[in-house]
Amino acid sequence: MRDTPLSNCERDFLLKAIEEKKRLDGRQTYDYRNIKITFGTDYGCCFVDLGKTRVMAQVSCELVTPKESRPNEGIMFFNLELSPMASPAFELGRSSELLVKLNRQLERCLRNSKCIDTESLCVVSGEKVWQIRVDVHMLNHDGNLMDATSIAAIAALSHFKRPDVGIQGDEVTVYSPEERDPIALSIYHMPICVSFSFFQQGTYLLVDPCEREERVMDGLLMIAMNKHREICSIQSSGGIMLLKEQVLRCSKIASVKVSEITDLITKALENDKKARKEGRKCGFAESMPQERITALKTYETSVEMTDLTKQASDIVESAHARAEIALSPVLPAPGMGQVGTGLQNAWGLEDEDDEDDDDDEDGDEPEVTIVAEKRGNKEKRERPVVIISDSEEEEVVILNPESS
Amino acid sequence: MAGLELLSDQGYRLDGRKATELRKVQARMGVFAQADGSAYIEQGNTKALAVVYGPHEMRGSRSRTLHDRAVINCQYSMATFSTAERKRRPHGDRKSTEMSLHLKQTFEAAVMTQLYPRSQIDIYVKVLQADGGNYSVCVNAATLAVIDAGIPMRDYVCACTVGFVDETPLADLCFAEESGGGSSLALALLPRGGQIALLQMDARLHQDHLEALMEAAMTACKGVSKVLDEVVRQHLQEVSVLTGE
Repeated sequence: MRDTPLSNCERDFLLKAIEEKKRLDGRQTYDYRNIKITFGTDYGCCFVDLGKTRVMAQVSCELVTPKESRPNEGIMFFNLELSPMASPAFELGRSSELLVKLNRQLERCLRNSKCIDTESLCVVSGEKVWQIRVDVHMLNHDGNLMDATSIAAIAALSHFKRPDVGIQGDEVTVYSPEERDPIALSIYHMPICVSFSFFQQGTYLLVDPCEREERVMDGLLMIAMNKHREICSIQSSGGIMLLKEQVLRCSKIASVKVSEITDLITKALENDKKARKEGRKCGFAESMPQERITALKTYETSVEMTDLTKQASDIVESAHARAEIALSPVLPAPGMGQVGTGLQNAWGLEDEDDEDDDDDEDGDEPEVTIVAEKRGNKEKRERPVVIISDSEEEEVVILNPESS
Repeated sequence: MAGLELLSDQGYRLDGRKATELRKVQARMGVFAQADGSAYIEQGNTKALAVVYGPHEMRGSRSRTLHDRAVINCQYSMATFSTAERKRRPHGDRKSTEMSLHLKQTFEAAVMTQLYPRSQIDIYVKVLQADGGNYSVCVNAATLAVIDAGIPMRDYVCACTVGFVDETPLADLCFAEESGGGSSLALALLPRGGQIALLQMDARLHQDHLEALMEAAMTACKGVSKVLDEVVRQHLQEVSVLTGE
């Protein structure tokens, strides 16, 4: 089935909004959507939510004979699936251009940057090495698959543990997890891909485009970096003309984003480890009840329409200069990380958030308001606040940086 | 550095070039009579052949027709004998599909496709001998072929692959340098406006070095564009002598 085409009205509307530095979901130009990292019950299973985009990565391993050219290196294999489940535009069993593009970008991002020590995967030189296979499945497509994919893949790789092996003479024994503790992969650095979409021949630039924005964009620039500010791959796509300055600016923005996302992944991994150690229930199933409670909650986006142009242009001017790291995120449940909800917005923005927080401490307002007002606009205060008196709602941990 | 010394202390590379020196470029246009445009290029030991058909009406699936511009269709293939190890599939594997995609992108940015609505332009590129910088050489070959076909472009598209060794950018990498494990950046440039039609980089490079590397790549691309311009002018002179004008 082909995708429903975008109407001209919709296209014009989106482009106009972008011109006015506004986005459909109320984000700023350089904002990411909420990132949530959840791990499954198995080692090496990771779910990443990027707004409504959802991908799953599963790492597995097997013993194979190495390539002749590299007899003592393990093999990395990456496979992506775009199932029709994610979007009606995806067809089963056909390798589309998008698939090739994503797959090669993931390979370049993770394999060519040598982020995993492949030599440690060798068992018997020239005969037996581990093949690490990363399968990434797209579960829901709402734009920016590449970033979600790269986060999921590297988080899954860091989470994965392979069985231990012993060699006696010619015999190779693979021990089950009960006999010997499985071994984690040695990961040198975490490359994370950041996508920039360009509109109107490169005049406008957005980070983390959603599906609608992807449809009207002219081109995309994907930069993979690690937190040491090393660029692991750059790829431009779509018929756009870039200028050198634009690329350099994007690389600066990317380095900020990457360090934040890396922190988030590390945090999520730590949390998961702790949860497993304490024998708590962990993994994907554990994260589900949380979603049920909040199922009826709509994420309020507060978009202040007046005075935003100036504000946005100020942000654009000041954003790349700032390279701060986000406040350490508070995690709402074991085995998952979350960014955005309730945190002070630290995506390189200068907000009047401080005043908001003061007000919130007055107490009477329910905590939900913090979410609603996280973009912090004074004028917004006049709006009636949704008060949910459901007792279950108290269990939804809203991240108040002051109270934690 | 594993084994090979890519840049000697005296500042010379494996094949005796200086860091910013390009390989010798030789090119011919109009090598086939059948095609609308064709070109052959040798850049050092990398040799590529490009053929252009079109603009013509849409063939194959008509559903791809664009009502406001021409569709560009690219196919990149490598001859089975082009590499040291014989290739099994000349085209259709992931790498060449990706390469076709990149070529398509590059030329969508450079060719004035809006002049030919509802039509199609085919660009076929074949690498006869691969010795590094395959993408760049193919872009250069295809540019000449598109010019030979008389299809208007915004500017020459020139591409070059640049590496980074010992804090020095190396222009126009050969195979040994490319497989040496350092970072390499392929850049397709429209030299007059300094616009980048395609940018691709592999392996790790610190952010601070990016600007120097891109600068080197752009200079190299401008060098290539001069050579291509010369080739085109010479070709036109030869043709005009033949037609007696």
